[in-house]
Amino acid sequence: MKKTVLLLFIAFLFTTAFAQESAATGKKLPSVSVRTLDGKTINTADLNNDGKPMIISFWALWCKPCINELTTIADVYDDWVKETGVKLIAVSIDDSRSSPKVGPTVNGKGWEYEVLLDVNGDLKRAMNVNMIPHTFLINGQGDIVWQHTSFSEGSELQLIDMVRKLNAGEAIESH
Amino acid sequence: MNLKVLLPGFVTVLLLCGASVKAQGFLEGGRVTGNFQLDAQVYKADSAIGAYEVEEKMRMNAFANLLYSNGNFNAGLRFETYLNPILGYDPRYKGSGVPYWFGSWKNEQFEITVGNFYEQFGSGMVLRSYEERNLGYDNAFKGARVRFSPYSGVTLKGLIGTQRFFWEQGPGIVRGLDGEFALNDMFDKKGKCKTRVTLGGSFVSKYQPLEEIVVNDTSQLILPANVASWAARFNINRGGFNLDGEYANKLNDPSSVNNLIYKNGQSMLVQASYSVKRFGVIVSGKRTDNMSFKSKRTETGNSLDINYLPALTRQHAYSLSAMYPYATQPNGEMALQGQINYKIKKESLIGGKYGTDIALNYSRITSIKREAADGESTFLQSGTLGYKSPFLAFGDDLYFQDLNIEIQRKFSSSYKLLISYMYLNYNIDVIEGHPGEPMVKAHILIADMTFKFNQTNALKIELQQLYTKEDEGDWLQFMAEYTIAPKWFFTVSDQYNYGNPDQDRRFHYPTLAMGYTQGSNRLSLTYGKQREGIVCVGGVCRNVPASNGLTITLTSSF
Repeated sequence: MKKTVLLLFIAFLFTTAFAQESAATGKKLPSVSVRTLDGKTINTADLNNDGKPMIISFWALWCKPCINELTTIADVYDDWVKETGVKLIAVSIDDSRSSPKVGPTVNGKGWEYEVLLDVNGDLKRAMNVNMIPHTFLINGQGDIVWQHTSFSEGSELQLIDMVRKLNAGEAIESH
Repeated sequence: MNLKVLLPGFVTVLLLCGASVKAQGFLEGGRVTGNFQLDAQVYKADSAIGAYEVEEKMRMNAFANLLYSNGNFNAGLRFETYLNPILGYDPRYKGSGVPYWFGSWKNEQFEITVGNFYEQFGSGMVLRSYEERNLGYDNAFKGARVRFSPYSGVTLKGLIGTQRFFWEQGPGIVRGLDGEFALNDMFDKKGKCKTRVTLGGSFVSKYQPLEEIVVNDTSQLILPANVASWAARFNINRGGFNLDGEYANKLNDPSSVNNLIYKNGQSMLVQASYSVKRFGVIVSGKRTDNMSFKSKRTETGNSLDINYLPALTRQHAYSLSAMYPYATQPNGEMALQGQINYKIKKESLIGGKYGTDIALNYSRITSIKREAADGESTFLQSGTLGYKSPFLAFGDDLYFQDLNIEIQRKFSSSYKLLISYMYLNYNIDVIEGHPGEPMVKAHILIADMTFKFNQTNALKIELQQLYTKEDEGDWLQFMAEYTIAPKWFFTVSDQYNYGNPDQDRRFHYPTLAMGYTQGSNRLSLTYGKQREGIVCVGGVCRNVPASNGLTITLTSSF
């Protein structure tokens, strides 16, 4: 029976995949509940930056390259915001073991990002994140236009280039 | 209702909708997204380090998630294949199939999910289902869940389901209710009050048919069919101040984990933090007493957990600092943790041009105090209340202690440095169940340097040293990683157990690795030796046996 289900589902996905080529709307942020550092519950479908681009970066306290990425960007973040109006939302996937430490750590490092807590991985699953760091770029209309996994020194330059391209109305390579 | 009967019908409807999408426009604008990961290992025996001959020569794990979303409707499935499970994964995963699928629908007040789902109530102390694919951990529920928000600030959840047990479902049925009340959203819609208060409560009950068993050839025990648990929690926030607490209680639940005692279980977690820009501090305390809660009485491994007991210790990211990781002892522990983060200002005399980050973390876990239960002379006797335990008293046995400090500084646009020191006590007897082995006392030093040559090329060097007289003695680790952003990395590393008390076991564990990333697709190859050890992600740890050979990992999101 499981095979039947699988085949049917895949057939369904193919039929809709073909159908979606004609659809004008892009890939949007999913609607999932996450928490802010001050304890509010918000819906991720409502995240926006007043028509300007947004970066969503998945990270965790135990992920060295993630901390490296966010620390590197923190040094240039003011300049990025002034130049492009971009906003970075750092989604921590730390579970209840370390999520209470996220706020003090983020503040202690002086990061100015908007930080969200995805303690049971609901947003992570809805956005198909396998490994972190995983970074998404969202355009002013709320469409996910680009994504990237892993971080190495200098990757941030590619990211801000993408933001500049978006602002200039240039096409973004799909992945 | 039998879901197995409903499922094909449900999927057929989906299929028909999909096929007629252009004609009807019903599902127009629907999106398919997903991800994929493959881990393959080719093995070479190395009897010296304990890497045994693997008959298949090569093993592979892979999975793919497909998600369909359209407005308020979502559906998804995950295909998994383990042929055969790579070393370190539970061999019961062997095989292929679709262990996870769901359909869900929501509007502003309701969200209904059928199929498999993940859920957490509060901090998870009475209910949490989640997955850690890289550890092979998955206790997803299969059943139905409803979330209901009748009023702004109020979230109610109800669920029923059995839990995943490799390719089967566990025998217990779990029923859960949770309510959360954000008082400010309910009574202060204009947001005048600066103090935010959220209250919550959960009730969870497990059903497994009543059983009568005989222990020690004498006493007959009746194992209750229904086991209830409940929890209450609060969160208070004002500016940079945050206070969190949760208390959980579980009624009598004799099981293999607690040696069939009838004592109630309880757990309490309290955390207070304060932070302003460039400074953060947090203090946490936790008591756990007889809180293992599984949907099968005889399960003792890492499966069928209904709840989650977060460990109050720092999760380390460097290989030697993570060599002795801690996981909560569900039968009883007292835990304390504190952490301070401070950033010395940019452009200051001490802080330097870019500022300096300092983090100090301390945690200490001990046993709980146990006294003989009324009318008993021994502890933990099956069929009795087991023991009595004063709620706030620390026991005499140290399980784990960790004091660590980390200083991170960027000296110039081309050079940064992280140094770290850690002192650790690890009760190998209790944590790994090796009776009689002495407490591991270890000092660990780490230096992590990054040299940036130009905009895209960088070299990272890690030096790590672990000193201990116990267990396997001293270790040294060296790693050099060259990266060409944003696509390539090349790594050379060696772990050397130079201080092993047994001179014939002073092995090197060298590895070579490289990887290529293009957008959200990543391919990496690692060749070399892996020491036997414990790998932990999130709250779960698994023991990875020694291996020697090639590992290929491919991951992709779309």
